[in-house]
Parts: sequence; structure tokens; C-alpha cells
Amino acid sequence: MNILVCITCVPDTTSKIAFVDNNTKFDQSGVQYILGPYDNNALSRAVELKEASGGKIKVLHVGGPENDPVIRKALAIGADEAIRVNAQPKDAYFVAKQIAHIAQQDQYDMILMGRESIDYNGGQVHGMVGELLGMPSISPAMLLEVEGNQAKIAREIEGGKEWLSVEFPFVAGCQEPIAEWRTPNMRGIMAAKSKPFQVVDPVDVSEKINSVSFELPAQKAGCKLVDADQVDELVRLLKEDAKVL
Amino acid sequence: MTDQVNENIQMITETIRDFGSKEIIPHYRTWDDTQEFPIQLFKKLGELGLMGVLVPQDYNGSGLGYLEYINIIEEIAKLDGSIGLSLAAHNSLCTNHILMFGNEYQKQKWLPSLATATKIGAWGLTEPNTGSDAGNMKTTAIKDGSNWILNGTKNFITHGSSGEIAVVIARSGEPGDSHGMTAFVLEKGMDGFRAGRKEDKLGMRASETTELIFEDCRVPDSNRLGEVGEGFIQALKILDGGRVSIAALSVGIAQGAFEAATKYAQERHQFNKPIATFQGVSFKLADMATKIEAARLLTLNAAELKMKGVKMTKESAMAKYYASEVAVEVANDAVQIHGGYGYTKDFPVEKYYRDAKLCTIGEGTSEIQKLVIAKSILN
Repeated sequence: MNILVCITCVPDTTSKIAFVDNNTKFDQSGVQYILGPYDNNALSRAVELKEASGGKIKVLHVGGPENDPVIRKALAIGADEAIRVNAQPKDAYFVAKQIAHIAQQDQYDMILMGRESIDYNGGQVHGMVGELLGMPSISPAMLLEVEGNQAKIAREIEGGKEWLSVEFPFVAGCQEPIAEWRTPNMRGIMAAKSKPFQVVDPVDVSEKINSVSFELPAQKAGCKLVDADQVDELVRLLKEDAKVL
Repeated sequence: MTDQVNENIQMITETIRDFGSKEIIPHYRTWDDTQEFPIQLFKKLGELGLMGVLVPQDYNGSGLGYLEYINIIEEIAKLDGSIGLSLAAHNSLCTNHILMFGNEYQKQKWLPSLATATKIGAWGLTEPNTGSDAGNMKTTAIKDGSNWILNGTKNFITHGSSGEIAVVIARSGEPGDSHGMTAFVLEKGMDGFRAGRKEDKLGMRASETTELIFEDCRVPDSNRLGEVGEGFIQALKILDGGRVSIAALSVGIAQGAFEAATKYAQERHQFNKPIATFQGVSFKLADMATKIEAARLLTLNAAELKMKGVKMTKESAMAKYYASEVAVEVANDAVQIHGGYGYTKDFPVEKYYRDAKLCTIGEGTSEIQKLVIAKSILN
């Protein structure tokens, strides 16, 4: 099985989010980047499939060299080789075009990625990649089983679960519980250094969408603590302040 | 420190935090209460490659260096000092002794199972009546044909009961002769070799500490590490590295206590303000952070010298002495910042306080470290 796993690098979930340049740019100073959690789900499932029935995993990232440590972490988790398209992604279409360009250079049975990145929450790339490559695209893939040259994929739908079957090749946007996140072991960390890691230039893509500005959500109000024996006061606050009664 | 080592450390830190949140944090309180040695946890640490950190990959180890090693010990100790202690004892004492002084046959025989935690390691130097004065040990090893016969008792041995491979130093020559002791590898199941009483300890309770008892225990000469009479000299070299381990362990405990205290000081309100805004508390936090930074740098310096293969007896003793005293001071301050809550088991700082104290005692007391430092300065 030949699997392409597309990964994003996103701010650590404990990062303080701020914007600069008149709220037009994300303030990256002091931000620690991590492997996108949904992408880790996708990669972890790919590693499980490889462990079960063999194959090869290539990870693909569209981004700058500052993300190389995160890509090497993906190699440490179990990918066999990596490729980075050296560009600062502008929008989902730009990323999808780069992925499609790389994917066309090889025969992949499946192209897996997270259902969305947890920073900009676009959730569009898998659909666009499917369209650009003429492949079916499924999201969110919560379970993925392989039978011969097709996959059974479960999606969560309102009130239940939907099982789909799809022939290779396909694109899937993954999320838990498709596979539990993997953390690299020491042997993987050492092995990652000697795995093939290619850096390529991007293909030209014209920008379709521009970010105009960002704004932070309103500050949460402070938490009020009411002593356990002050029930009347609690009811008054719920009625008059919170207005939920 | 190179970018490569920094990147390794970053990745290892993430791995330990992920692993710890699932495998250590939910259980450490129970292990502490029941004084249970969680052997299954160590098997999982073995799968991660944390039980043979310094062992080359040819022997199924991780092949990492001392800088990564001290980071591993610090990160684990931040979560649970006793797991950090066991990890340090397994890696830097038993496993490292075989790695440094074993012949090729011995390394092939024992290192792969130690590095993967198929077997847990123990190391025996201390005896009931010879702690700091280890050179006067009473356990004897008498040559009998192609075997040695060991008699005596070692105590305060980490993994004395659960360990399946033990490196033991015994007297093969005259008392008081530093070249009169020899190191042997003992394996669980050998006739006349057994664990004795398990200690009921103040802290580090998940780390198993027992006696090792030898009663006419026959050990093949092929289990002897290095030359006859070199055991004590080997042990001193192992302790140079061991002190770096305990220094890193101390830094981890101090950092854990400091982070708990900082969090609490920002959450706890008195007089309508977080207590962190009071100078009495914030200055305490500043002192704690500064001491930890200094302890970490001393530890890093000793580890870097060790990596270079330079003699670092003085520097490792300084790191161990300073970092362990800092761990006790910082844990004490962390309890103080928590006030009454710090004295209860509802908050983690009382455990850091109990665990920290071991660091000023194990692998040479602070007083012995000062002797080592003074001797080094005056010579």
C-alpha cells in the first residue's frame, strides 16, 4: 500500500493567540508549532495499516523550513520519507494545488490528511485535492478499514454512523477515533535523521482569496464563586445576572 | 548544544509529556500511597527506548547522548520523582556499568534485555554498615575454581526484588584496599541470591528499594566485569555519571514543584488578588526559578564534560550537591506557597517535598559531595 499523508504545522494548543500589523497577521513570536492533531490521527492510521500489511508512507507538507522539526517528528512516528513544498501557504486552494502536483508524480492508493487544521479551521483541502485529481474524497473519516483494493470508511452522521466503501485511490480527511495519536519512540527519533527528506519549489498558483483582518473573541467574563449555603444568592445571580432562569 | 540535540530534546520532551499524561499522571498518587513498583510502566518505558538511553543501537539501545539523557530524567522526574529515580538507577548504574566495563560477550548477553526492559537492572554497592565508607564493604567474593562464592548483604538497592540482572561489587581482596573489590553480574534465580526486606520510605515510594542477600552464591568467573580488584574503581567512575543523573532528577523535581507553585499562586486569591501579586510570594518564585536555572546549568555542564570524555568528578559532584539542595529548598517553598493546602495530599507539592529529600542522600550525601569537591580543589 502506498500512502501519502499531508500534514500541517499548527500552534501548540497552549499558545497565546494574538495578531499584529493592524490585525492582519497572526503573531508567531514565541509560538511553538506542533503536528496538526487531526493529521497525527491520519498519520497514525497510515502507520497502523503499514504495520498490518506493509507498504510505504510519504509525508507531505507545504510550508517553510521552520517546520522541518515537525516533519522529522512525522518520520520518527513511522513515515518512510518526507517532502516539503517550500512555500508559505496562502489559502486552501494554494495548498491543494501543491498537494495535487506532488500526488500526480506517484501512484498512491490513498491520500490521507486531517479533517481540518486546528488553526484556520478551513477543512477544504481534502475536497479540493479530490477534485483536482479526479478522486473521491471523504470527510470526516473516523474509521478506515482496508479490504483488497478498497476501503470501508465510517463517518459520524446525525444520530448514528454511516459506512462507506470506496475503491483505491481516494482522498480522506481524518479525525479520531480513526487511530490513537502516536508518539515517536527513541529509536524512531534516531532513525528519522537518515530517512529521505526532499524539499521542492512550489508550482505557481494565483491567489483566490485574501485575508482582510482577524479579530479575537470577546473576553470571557470572570467566574463567580458562591458559597454552598448561599442558595438564594445563587438563584438571584442566575436570574438577574446570567438571565438563564 | 547543537541544533540536532535541541531538536532531539524537543521531540523527546513531547513524547514524554504525551506518554506521562496517559501512563503516569493518572496513577502516580496510587503508586505513592501503596508503595507499588509499577513494573508494567517500565516495560512500556522500555518500548519507548527510555530504558537503554545511552546504549548503542547495536545492543537494542537508543544510542542517545548524555544531553538527551538528562532531559529524559528531568522530564520524567517532573511527573513523578520515583519513576525518574528508577529510570536513572536502571540506566546509569546497572546498564551503564555493563556498557562501560563489560566485554563484548557480556554486552551482547545482558544489554539488549536491559535496554528494552525485558529485564530490570539493579546495582549493589552500599551495605548496612558501609554507606559513604563503601571501600570497607563486608560482602566477600572468594575464588573457587572457575566460580566466585559471594556472601554478604547489600542494602538500599533500587529494584533489588524486581530486578533480574544485578551488578554487585564485592570484596575480593583486603579490607580498606581500594583495589580489593571486584564487580560481578548476578542473575535472578542463581542459588544463594535473593532479595531481602523492602524499605518503607518517606518518599520515592514507587521506586522499589530492598536488600540483596548472598548466601554461598556461586557466580561464574565469566560474570566478572573487568579485572579482579577493579570493582571499586569502576564503581567510582559509574558514580561520576550517576551524580549527573541525580542532579537531573533533582532539577526535574524542583521544576515540577515550581510549576505547581506558580500555577497555584496565580489561581489562589487572598485580599481580592492572586497571591502571586504579593511581593512575598513573587520574590519566592523568582528565587526558585533562579536556583533551578543555576542547577540546570551545572547539570548541563557536567553532562557536556561527560559527553566529551573529560574527567568530571568535581563538576558532577557540584551539580549533584547544588541541584539536590535546590530541589529540597524549592519543594519546601512550593509547600509554603500552597499554605495549608500544600500540607495535604490534594495537591502535588507535598510529594515533591518528600521525594526531593532523597536527592541529597542517594548516590552520595551532600556532605560526601563536598568532600569530593574539596579533595578535587585541594589536590
